Amino acid sequence: MALLEVENLTVAFDTPSGRVHAVNDVSYTLDEGETLGVVGESGSGKSVHVLAMLGLLPKPPAKVLGGRVLFQGRDLLSMSQGELRNLRGGQIGMVFQDPMSSLNPVLTVGRQLREVIERHTDLKGRRADARATELLELVGIPRPADRLKQYPHEFSGGMRQRVMIAIGLSCNPKLLIADEATTALDVTVQAQILDLVRDLKDRLGTTVIWITHDMGVVAELADTIQVMYGGRIMERGPVGPVFRDPRSAYTWGLLRSLPDEGARAQRRLYQIPGSPPNMADPPKGDPFAPRNPFATPRCHTEVPPLRSVGDGHMVAAWYDLPTALKEAGHV
Amino acid sequence: MGSYLIKRLLESLLAVWGVVTIVFFVTRVLGDPSTLLLPVGASAEQIEALRSQLGLNEPLVMQYLTFLWQAVQGDFGTSFQHGRPALAVVWERMPATALLAGSAMVLGIAIGAVAGAIAALKRGTVAELVVMTVALLGQATPVFWLGIMLILYFGVSLGWLPTGGYGTFAHLVLPALTLAVFVSASIARLLRSSMLDILREDYIRTARAKGLMPTTVFLWHTARNALIPVTTMTAILAGELLGGSVVTETVFAWPGVGRLILQAIQANDFPVIQAGIFVVATIFVLINFAVDMLYGVLDPRIRAER
Repeated sequence: MALLEVENLTVAFDTPSGRVHAVNDVSYTLDEGETLGVVGESGSGKSVHVLAMLGLLPKPPAKVLGGRVLFQGRDLLSMSQGELRNLRGGQIGMVFQDPMSSLNPVLTVGRQLREVIERHTDLKGRRADARATELLELVGIPRPADRLKQYPHEFSGGMRQRVMIAIGLSCNPKLLIADEATTALDVTVQAQILDLVRDLKDRLGTTVIWITHDMGVVAELADTIQVMYGGRIMERGPVGPVFRDPRSAYTWGLLRSLPDEGARAQRRLYQIPGSPPNMADPPKGDPFAPRNPFATPRCHTEVPPLRSVGDGHMVAAWYDLPTALKEAGHV
Repeated sequence: MGSYLIKRLLESLLAVWGVVTIVFFVTRVLGDPSTLLLPVGASAEQIEALRSQLGLNEPLVMQYLTFLWQAVQGDFGTSFQHGRPALAVVWERMPATALLAGSAMVLGIAIGAVAGAIAALKRGTVAELVVMTVALLGQATPVFWLGIMLILYFGVSLGWLPTGGYGTFAHLVLPALTLAVFVSASIARLLRSSMLDILREDYIRTARAKGLMPTTVFLWHTARNALIPVTTMTAILAGELLGGSVVTETVFAWPGVGRLILQAIQANDFPVIQAGIFVVATIFVLINFAVDMLYGVLDPRIRAER
């Protein structure tokens, strides 16, 4: 059953140098218990689209130009601020990037956990504290009762990220959205956090949107991958098929630019030519066309719709990547 | 924490000593009180007698050492003008200054905090523009000019309030208002910019993502953090006002420490100048010390560093 249905979500920022089209006509469905990995580079719209659906973008300059986001059948975009507040932190938990700045430096970790618990559950005072202790234990922080009395600066980066995750999970959310939650951490800590999330997901059945630019994290964690570029979904599908058989030239480029163990020293890593589009003046057709070696003339003039290329596997491309690769001698 | 406290106390003492020393030597350069104290045409002998009576014939270094030795014991000498202990003369004026400073601060903080918060929260609206324009004018207007204008309007034209003096609540209104305008304008401007910085912080987004009520986000996450720089500014302003607002007290003939020091300078009343500056410097240093301690309460990171 669908927990979240995003329909034609379109978000822009009005800046002094013109309107920046950050999210363009994004639609997808997320089933209960599913883990979606959203991949893309900075400016691809991957963070903005979730912030927009939770009403967390500063307006102005941000503006939701259209679309619907149904969470359990109710449209988040037409909800009142009060209704949205009741969902945020409660049924929808969020974990942000950069644990160094995402916690309030002058309040104890215990207070920052307690305030969300007291806001969304019936647990108050001591019982909220007990829940907070339990959560810190859950995310693997030793001596949780003592740690509650400490301030964020007394925690290491990895520990702070765990606190953020504890906050995100505190009210047993139906949906957990993690935005670059492990990007600022070193690989060992990142692996621990990923294990933790996987474990929680299995135990609590939480639906997860994991936003990252790290293909490795997606491969490890997600059921479904969604590749975004220029505010659009370029490709989307089950992780296995998309990794084995990418249909978008952008996904293909991203996968090729990953270091692979066998060929480590032999070749320079592939790099996608060009730079991300200027979204104040986006390319007319497929946003990736100017950097795409396989682009057809139509790619430069018309935005390709998402089309199905297999079981749940969708791509927005006018070209057929396997054919193009064969012609170019890549296969 | 203990060693930090001791270090800060020693620094404070050093600051007061430095100020007092500078004032001692500067007053000695300014002029000779004996010429001002004696009537015109006094004989050289009379002047000489007065000079030796006041201890002004001693070598400067000896005068300084004597002064320090007595000051440590709380004795700043006898006022040339008033013929009473200088410190007592200064101390008598303290209540008037404290009353004016206290009223101005309470009024200024109340208006400044509300105005600053509105300007930050209503960013990009007419409200912000109005508040910030008024605040800019308030901060840029010279205090003496504003005082005179208020006297002209409310005191002379309308006749609602006394033009100067001390004693009743009506006397307090105009000088307190004059100072409050400056205080509130300064606080409003700083609070606004401080809050705008804080509102951009990631932890504010976290607080909103937690679904917290807007008042919680405002009080506990925004205001709480924005107050740290505002506290410093408020303390410095309070220190300045408690040291006697020379201009305002003079314009409104308010019998406070600031006006007393100004009169003492005009009369070359060394003991009163020295005692006055000593009191002002001590208050200023103490307030700074208190703010430093308050920082630790407001910001746990600072507490940890000590």
